[in-house]
Amino acid sequence: MSEVRFLIHGSADNVGVATADIGAGESVVGLYMDSQKTVELKAEEEIPLGHKIALCDVNVGDSIIKYGHDIGKVVAPIKKGDHVHIHNLKTRRW
Amino acid sequence: MQLDKIFAYRRENGRVGIRNYVVALSLDDISNAACEAVAANINGVLALPHAYGRLQFGKDLELFFRTIIGIGSNPNVAAAVVIGIEPDWTNKVVEAIAKTGKPVSGFSIERKGQLKAVEEASRQAMKYVVWASGLKREEVDLKDIWVSVKCGESDTTSGLASNPTVGNVIDRLTEIGGTCSFGETSEITGAEEVCKQRAISPEVGEKFMAVWREYNDLINANKTDDLSGSQPTKGNIRGGLTTIEEKAFGNLQKIGKKAKYVGVLDYAESPTGPGLWFMNTSSAAAEAVTLWAAAGFVVHLFPTGQGNIVGNPIEPVIKLSANPLTCATMSEHIDYDCSQILKGKLTIEESGERLLNLMVQVCNGQVTAAECLNHREFILTKLYPSA
Repeated sequence: MSEVRFLIHGSADNVGVATADIGAGESVVGLYMDSQKTVELKAEEEIPLGHKIALCDVNVGDSIIKYGHDIGKVVAPIKKGDHVHIHNLKTRRW
Repeated sequence: MQLDKIFAYRRENGRVGIRNYVVALSLDDISNAACEAVAANINGVLALPHAYGRLQFGKDLELFFRTIIGIGSNPNVAAAVVIGIEPDWTNKVVEAIAKTGKPVSGFSIERKGQLKAVEEASRQAMKYVVWASGLKREEVDLKDIWVSVKCGESDTTSGLASNPTVGNVIDRLTEIGGTCSFGETSEITGAEEVCKQRAISPEVGEKFMAVWREYNDLINANKTDDLSGSQPTKGNIRGGLTTIEEKAFGNLQKIGKKAKYVGVLDYAESPTGPGLWFMNTSSAAAEAVTLWAAAGFVVHLFPTGQGNIVGNPIEPVIKLSANPLTCATMSEHIDYDCSQILKGKLTIEESGERLLNLMVQVCNGQVTAAECLNHREFILTKLYPSA
């Protein structure tokens, strides 16, 4: 198995977290922390260490799920492999 | 899982301590010098100076007494001399600590002067040190070790690895009937509904929500914008945290996957039975750990991302980090490096077992990084200005 480059908290999540810097266009392996299963994904954009990568397409208005919970609403279309951060995800709080 | 046996100090009231301090406890700010003089005179005395104790009133005064009395009553303390400027409040503290059955004496400075008070207190402290040094550790159950948890200087490695490691230990301890506590009212904002659902009953969940709402109302009354510029912080965002919800769920990883909290504690209030307890605390590390020490907790698990270096004079603080940079550049502060989780080479379950094993060693007397580095942050929570 090639080196794990991102982790996913649980099977319900639609994002993973980079555990090392990931370059745009790289194919990288991620690990589900609950099941220990792996997944391979092509990063469409640069994902810095600690930042989130989309595991699937997500529409505007839908939720990003991390830790199995809604962590905010999508405000710009997200494609599988995209960098998910303040440019496409906002809090539902204020 | 095979853990080492724990040998610790069983106190007069049945509680279990993992350290054996004789303390010189200041009643007030102006008695700090006397307490420090006693500690300088007598080898084996730990001075506990602090900034308050004069002209406090109402709920703030109640919290002050609860904190000072709680620190003296903590089972990591074998005996205490209390020094205050005048006898009334000094005796109030002494009488309350004496209810635990442990040796405690009070000394006041008015009508006598500091030098005389220091001499009297030093002679008494010396007797306590000789006695306490002869106490023997005995075998105790893991469930009798009260454990508090709080993170600091968090980053995404906290939510991924170090916080869930602590959560795994909490799940293990609560399963065997242990007593644990988490807090950080402010940092739960964004995940408060999920935190409410982790209560053992709707009543307990509502009690948590009442505490959280009181804090949130304070924020709403004082904020000047929608807070999106300050929570998460700029540093959090640079590290990859996007929303306040995400930050809060990362924080909540510390209470594990299974444990339900059985009650809600006010600042420095002691639990009345086993289980996981929520305590209303600040998210400032030294203030929060001091509140748990005052509530009777004897060891603290502290996950950190960027490297908070906090310690406490009487409650050992065990630090863990999954941030490889922090573990490399601040190694003298980190007791347990769990960064292998990030590489997929260590599971949360395995990491929890390692942390629990380390905690057992610390309970048996192994010193923590913060103890080695003389971190004795004793910071009282103040609710409002003194009169």
